[in-house]
Amino acid sequence: MGIRGSKECPYLRKEGTEPLTLNRNEGMQQPETAEGPKVLRATVNKILHHSVVDGPGNRAAVFFQGCNFHCAYCHNPETIAMCTSCGHCVDICPAGALTLHDGRVRWLQELCCECDQCIHECPHLASPRTKDYTAAEIMEEIRKDLPFIRGLTVSGGECSLQRDFVAELFRLAKAEGLSTLMDSNGSYDYSQDRELLAVCDGVMLDIKAFDEEEHKKLTGQSREMVLKNAVYLAGCGKLEEIRTVIVPDYLSGAETVEKVGQMLEPYLKEQKIRYKIIAYRPFGVRAPYKEMLHSPSAEELERCKEIAKAYGFAEVVII
Amino acid sequence: MLNITDMKKDVESIITNTALTNEQAAMNLSAVPFNYVEFFETSSEFRELLEAGCVCTMTEGNATYCPRYTLPDYEKLMRDGCRFLRLDPPKTLFEATQTLEMFYRHIPSVTHYPVYLGSVDKMLEPFMDDPHAYEILKSFLIFLDRTIPDSYCHMNLGPEATKAGEMIVEIQTELKNAIPSITLLYDPDITPDDFAAKCVTCALACAKPSFANHKEYQKIYRTPYGIASCYNALPVGGGSFTLSRIVLSRLAARAKDSEHFLHDLLPHTVRVLCEYIEQKIEFLVERTHFFTSNFLVEEGFLKLENFTGMFGVVGMNECVNTLMEKEGCSDRYGYSEKADRLAQDIMEKMTQCVMDFESKYCDCTDHHFTMHAQVGIDVDYDISPGVRIRIGDELPLYEHLEHCAKMQPYFNSGVGDIFPFDETAKRNPAAIVDLIKGAFSKGMRYFSTYSDDCDVIRITGYLVKKSDIEKLDKGIRVQQANAMWGYGEVKNARIYERKVRNL
Ligand code: SF4
Ligand code: SF4
Repeated sequence: MGIRGSKECPYLRKEGTEPLTLNRNEGMQQPETAEGPKVLRATVNKILHHSVVDGPGNRAAVFFQGCNFHCAYCHNPETIAMCTSCGHCVDICPAGALTLHDGRVRWLQELCCECDQCIHECPHLASPRTKDYTAAEIMEEIRKDLPFIRGLTVSGGECSLQRDFVAELFRLAKAEGLSTLMDSNGSYDYSQDRELLAVCDGVMLDIKAFDEEEHKKLTGQSREMVLKNAVYLAGCGKLEEIRTVIVPDYLSGAETVEKVGQMLEPYLKEQKIRYKIIAYRPFGVRAPYKEMLHSPSAEELERCKEIAKAYGFAEVVII
Repeated sequence: MLNITDMKKDVESIITNTALTNEQAAMNLSAVPFNYVEFFETSSEFRELLEAGCVCTMTEGNATYCPRYTLPDYEKLMRDGCRFLRLDPPKTLFEATQTLEMFYRHIPSVTHYPVYLGSVDKMLEPFMDDPHAYEILKSFLIFLDRTIPDSYCHMNLGPEATKAGEMIVEIQTELKNAIPSITLLYDPDITPDDFAAKCVTCALACAKPSFANHKEYQKIYRTPYGIASCYNALPVGGGSFTLSRIVLSRLAARAKDSEHFLHDLLPHTVRVLCEYIEQKIEFLVERTHFFTSNFLVEEGFLKLENFTGMFGVVGMNECVNTLMEKEGCSDRYGYSEKADRLAQDIMEKMTQCVMDFESKYCDCTDHHFTMHAQVGIDVDYDISPGVRIRIGDELPLYEHLEHCAKMQPYFNSGVGDIFPFDETAKRNPAAIVDLIKGAFSKGMRYFSTYSDDCDVIRITGYLVKKSDIEKLDKGIRVQQANAMWGYGEVKNARIYERKVRNL
């Protein structure tokens, strides 16, 4: 099923074609050093020092660059792909904050006026405004936040693509007494990674659509692993939250909430899982979807909330 | 010095002011004579500093006939009742709230209303099995709002969560009244997280409760403390005789440089002000009736030895900036280590000078006065409260909290800062609890918050409805007496421009 009124867009995946999918740990670099062990680096789009919307309490949040889903409604589509240094944005930047050096685009943060023109114009769903960090550097960056935050959340992009980096970052965060959460699209097989789950307190999982066709239409990927993860993580007490974005006439949101409820009902008696019902908002969404998709009514959101509540989710919030 | 013409003008301005209720007019009139008659001789040094505005007597007038802040021992009322008012110890929730309502009516203070309502949750908890608890507490809270038209009146809750405390917070969230002020005596090791979060939710709806660092404050006095008036931490069963303040910003204007300020102007001014405070206390204790015949003293609800004198401080931000400018530095308070170091030097020197003064009274603070970060008065212009960073110059959130943690511990009898949040914070009140925990672990003493969409907001230390301020602006009278003050502060101190934090 195509999107109503779909227009041809040169930058977007066409129906039926393979999406440009990132592989696990891509976007992470491991330069060999002469003497020592390899140092993992990851490309980070943003670090937030305080966030009230990325898990319980006040948390720092790290947003990695790169995602293997291509959701139509993504409200920061510039985090989806890695910059190819094509140079297109360099000339556009009004502040001279972007340069092309040895075939690589560099971002001079001091000059940047945050006008966002580069990310709007990038034909690859990438951003030149990223920085590479080691896990230890990220910890340094948030050291001053430590008294005021209870935890660290990694998000994206898709954080599980940086699996090795996240595992190391979480080990360091745990040593500082922080709780650790992943905000994930569920494409990674968590059941095969005890090592990661040993340092991860919970996963906030997006279940974007329960129906396979809808999921593919929206993300370009199957929902099979996502659902498997929901059950597996609930089974081992690591499912912190489920999130579903409600987009009327494009996705059957209420049905997804209903089916997720049925699927997780057996676990909801023993553990507290939050359900976040998120209203689609056009803010940040790329063309042509921005014009095509529309926000749900308050009643529709309430209806979804009631469904989730009836299944016994500990807390159901509408955002 | 009795100038009948001026006095007549003062009286006239009160009795013709349409923005005052009859009760407010009567109270304002009662203060008029004390501005014209002196009962004790002040020093010429003091009068000079007073004229220049470097010190200020907080419109207490020249004769103090009752202590400025009283914190009666309400537990005694619950236990023994009151002979003078012929009240027996209450046996039911209804009797308990009635007893308090009647008793509150007789508590004097500088505002003529009770500035301290006690740890109401603890007092009422034994009676909370009443099936009508909700209705009784609700009408109690409405009664307080309508009969104590002054938000310097302060109720305390916690640190433990109680049924009564939870219900009071729930009802307040619903009523959104400006009165009373409420403070949660907060200790993360005692106060459960959900109760703290519930208090934040209430604060984001109606600007209270505030949070007091219980771990720190409970160390200060030998007796339990309570939070009264704005945010004043004082001994229960006592309070404060009086409060005068030093206006650092105006004193700095007289200085040649920091050295001159620290070693010359400051010690002199502190000594002169302490002498004045002592004179006032002597007058109150030795020449008025209060400590000999008031029933609160006679029956032991208040004890002379539990009273102290407060040494107020305002205008640190402007003081430091002025001194920096005089030295040709562009360093500003909150933004440079050098400027903040100077602020700390000033605090240390001033505390030392205050401690060097011995009072005949003030037993509870070892015969010294206690330091208080005064929040300002309505006519202050370009003088920031206490040691707060001025509105418009706020630091990023964590840095600002760290700054508070650095400057607040100098003040044993009250200090605080205010952090309004935008409405997103309402979704995750636990996040604000995390901020408070962090700041308190670093030494911050007192935290207030409200949401930018509240009608009730915190002016400097007290609560006012924005809708009342609008009315006053149009000359329409409102029931709350100190809304008038809020009106002045909104005009002079840019309260509406305070930085709203988004998380
Ligand atoms: S951010 Fe986009 S436009 Fe800019 S160089 Fe990278 S890929 Fe090209
Ligand atoms: S946001 Fe992008 S285009 Fe705008 S100034 Fe910064 S780098 Fe340049």
